[in-house]
Amino acid sequence: MPKKYHIHTETTPPRFVPVEKGTILDWEGGCLRCFKCVKRKCIFGAYNKRTFDTKQLSDTIDNICRNCLICVQSCPGQVITKVMNPEYERMGNAYWTPDIISRQWYQAETGSIPVSGAGYPGPFSGPGFDDMWTDMSEIVRPTRDGIHGREYINTAVSLGKKLPSLVFDDHGEAILDTPSEIEIPIPIIFGILPFGSLGPDVHLAMSKAAAELDTLIEIPAEAWDKDLEKFKDHMIPVIRSGQVERYRDLISKVKVVEINDSKGCEAIIKTLHKTHPDVILMVRTPLGNNCRERAQKLVEAGAGIIHVFADRDGNVDMEGKIWFVKDVVRKVHDHLVDMGIRDCVTIIASGGIAMAEHVAKAIVCGADAVAVDIPLLLALECRMCLRCERGLSCPVEIQNAHSQWGKTRIMNLIGAWRNQILEVLGAMGLREVRRLRGEVGRAMFFEDLEAQTFGKLFGKRIDSAKEEKQ
Amino acid sequence: MATPRNNTAEFPQVVRTPDRFRNAIGKYRLRRSSACVACGKCAEVCPYGVHKKQLNKMAKPRHYLCVGFCCNKCVEACPEKALSLESNPVTKMIGDYRWTSDLLISTWYMSETGQIPPGDIEYKVGNSGGGFDKLRFNFVKEPCEDPSRDLDMTKFSTRVPLNRLDDGRGDVSIGIPVYGGGMSFGSISLYTMVGRARAWKAWDSFTCTGEGGYPEALYPYDDHVITQIATGLFGVREETIQRVKIVEFKYAQGAKPGLGGHLLGDKVTPEVAKMREAVPGSSLFSPFPFHSVYSVEDHKKHIDWVKEMNPKALVSVKVSTPTDVDMVAVGSYYAGAHIIHLDGSYGGTGAAPDIAKKNIAMPIEYAIVKVHNFLKEEGIRDKITVIASGGCRTAHDVAKAIASGPTVWS
Repeated sequence: MPKKYHIHTETTPPRFVPVEKGTILDWEGGCLRCFKCVKRKCIFGAYNKRTFDTKQLSDTIDNICRNCLICVQSCPGQVITKVMNPEYERMGNAYWTPDIISRQWYQAETGSIPVSGAGYPGPFSGPGFDDMWTDMSEIVRPTRDGIHGREYINTAVSLGKKLPSLVFDDHGEAILDTPSEIEIPIPIIFGILPFGSLGPDVHLAMSKAAAELDTLIEIPAEAWDKDLEKFKDHMIPVIRSGQVERYRDLISKVKVVEINDSKGCEAIIKTLHKTHPDVILMVRTPLGNNCRERAQKLVEAGAGIIHVFADRDGNVDMEGKIWFVKDVVRKVHDHLVDMGIRDCVTIIASGGIAMAEHVAKAIVCGADAVAVDIPLLLALECRMCLRCERGLSCPVEIQNAHSQWGKTRIMNLIGAWRNQILEVLGAMGLREVRRLRGEVGRAMFFEDLEAQTFGKLFGKRIDSAKEEKQ
Repeated sequence: MATPRNNTAEFPQVVRTPDRFRNAIGKYRLRRSSACVACGKCAEVCPYGVHKKQLNKMAKPRHYLCVGFCCNKCVEACPEKALSLESNPVTKMIGDYRWTSDLLISTWYMSETGQIPPGDIEYKVGNSGGGFDKLRFNFVKEPCEDPSRDLDMTKFSTRVPLNRLDDGRGDVSIGIPVYGGGMSFGSISLYTMVGRARAWKAWDSFTCTGEGGYPEALYPYDDHVITQIATGLFGVREETIQRVKIVEFKYAQGAKPGLGGHLLGDKVTPEVAKMREAVPGSSLFSPFPFHSVYSVEDHKKHIDWVKEMNPKALVSVKVSTPTDVDMVAVGSYYAGAHIIHLDGSYGGTGAAPDIAKKNIAMPIEYAIVKVHNFLKEEGIRDKITVIASGGCRTAHDVAKAIASGPTVWS
């Protein structure tokens, strides 16, 4: 049995006071000055441990408060209340909800799996990744003793081109011209950050984390510098297809190189395959119209990895309709399966991967692995205010974060994510993340369940949006 | 089998039991400004007892009794314009999509008064946008506020027989199609356990001990206790199995399907440890699954074992909801179970990771229909009792679940 893979995590507090969901209001004005002040009774010490951060002009009481509401319910003068923090509600967007953002902060700080209390608090189902559930195996499964004593579940995936079959020469000898392959211990690589107040320390933090996790990190070829040289085994330089010649030296240093898809891409793949036979060729191609056929062409041209991407909220504009990333990945996967070439190539998906469950779900829908981007920024305390995109300063000064601090935060986040992937795999009785790929039979989809359950009774389901219009 | 009829007279009387806290949380909040002259007009007009005059001044309003803008009488009646009404901002901090603040507040109100809350508070459905929250009843006649006043209660029975096998075992039935699901000693305190036992006894129903032993304080309630044999076998003894009318085999829990249980070390007090035969302060894990059950035959062996030990008890099998839950249910029937208990993913424990509660296994709404139809096709639906749990919040959820298949809710 190979050595058990383990991600080291350690508590790494944020540098700035995080934005909390709620905020305590107390009106000193109505206070009766009674001797039994409920503030003294707070079991979490919210009222006496609070401090004032002079830099951010913010009180830490809300970070200590655990929302038990005993003070609100007990104050004789009824002068204490707790309300929603408007700053919290404003964070992110409809896809990157405040809850998602603050959960990633929690994981980056503690390295622990989020546990939120009794019951499941969210909507029944929803768009995107929320319209599917993963299966569990009731009785037959490998033996495991709870989270801490579980036996080895392998989360490694191998990236690169694979031969569809053995080829023999005239003498009956196998021609063993196997293409290079790389194995990473988690089905996650680090993608290019779409925004952010970035500096050399941010890239360094990500590279250090990628190296320690033994995974890969995409980096624009233009951003390559000497400091990153020592991480070259974990680097995927991303090169625009017109500039391949310019980066020949760089390509010969690394194990994987990524090219932005363009018209002449097939020819470039073929040339690079000849000049750098040991380098794994990865092509970055958008999901959208003709992406199925495009993926097929790239496989035929000899690409080892296809990185398909949606926009940052996971949306894909295809055939005059907005699709969600997982549904399009499923189409690409199915198409390659139909063509009999799915196993020749690795598919990496990105766009809208915001939580650990999304990794598992993207893999169920046919990806081999995913590239994460925004969650890495969230690990560095990003609030998704997008001021950086408007050229304004970053409220949490990401560019000044120390690379060691950033590294442990990212390690914590990925460690927590991996544990959650293990939960999903464990519940299904799977011992290999590779076996999850394309296993839609191990998932339950909202539309299917609705049709099976209520279809017989009530007929076809009407789109709720349409229903409202009518 | 004829269903024994119950009459409402045997059910417990309502005893008004207010919140332990001074300021119970309500949907609305009233503010009284310093312009108040304590004339007591508001107390006169309020039909809900929100305002009260104490000597020569007004007491703080009891906000949680206020029904809000649909009444507004005190605000209009105040001669000094000292009162203002607003939505309580705290409601945004409590509750979630499934358990909305309205559902929480209305449940508190019903617990205190035994009455359906007046006003515009939503006490029937949550805001999850699916499942029970999307299902609606097609009432022939709109339900009235106080059924005991308008309906002939002797014509209704809520009693449900649990043993449908006709195998000479106990003719067990329950007074209402609801019982208190498994909560172990350790996860909850002895006070809570005994409180639950008393309440469920009063309703001629059951409370389940969960996996954590059978505290002596529950002995007086033996006939209203279901004891659990779960994978960790904590606190399971021959003697405890012999005490009860129903024994429950827990394969999995809906909130953490396929993951097993975990009692944090802090909760393993000396008393809890003694009951579970464990070391105080050490975390206790219930593994998943039963390491001795890998087939229906193994399963039957365990059921036979319980039946042998307690010749009167019914056997219930609690499973969570994989895609093949229908097969599991049929398998349990053929293994000799009286009751199949389906535990869906959206309910339950706080000790489960969010990812498990949200994603793993199917919501109970689907599982019920799936199992019900499959048992019917197999021709054995009338031979087995189906219990459902995992995400039941209101009386309406219970009715919806029963309408779509099972007989009892936990």
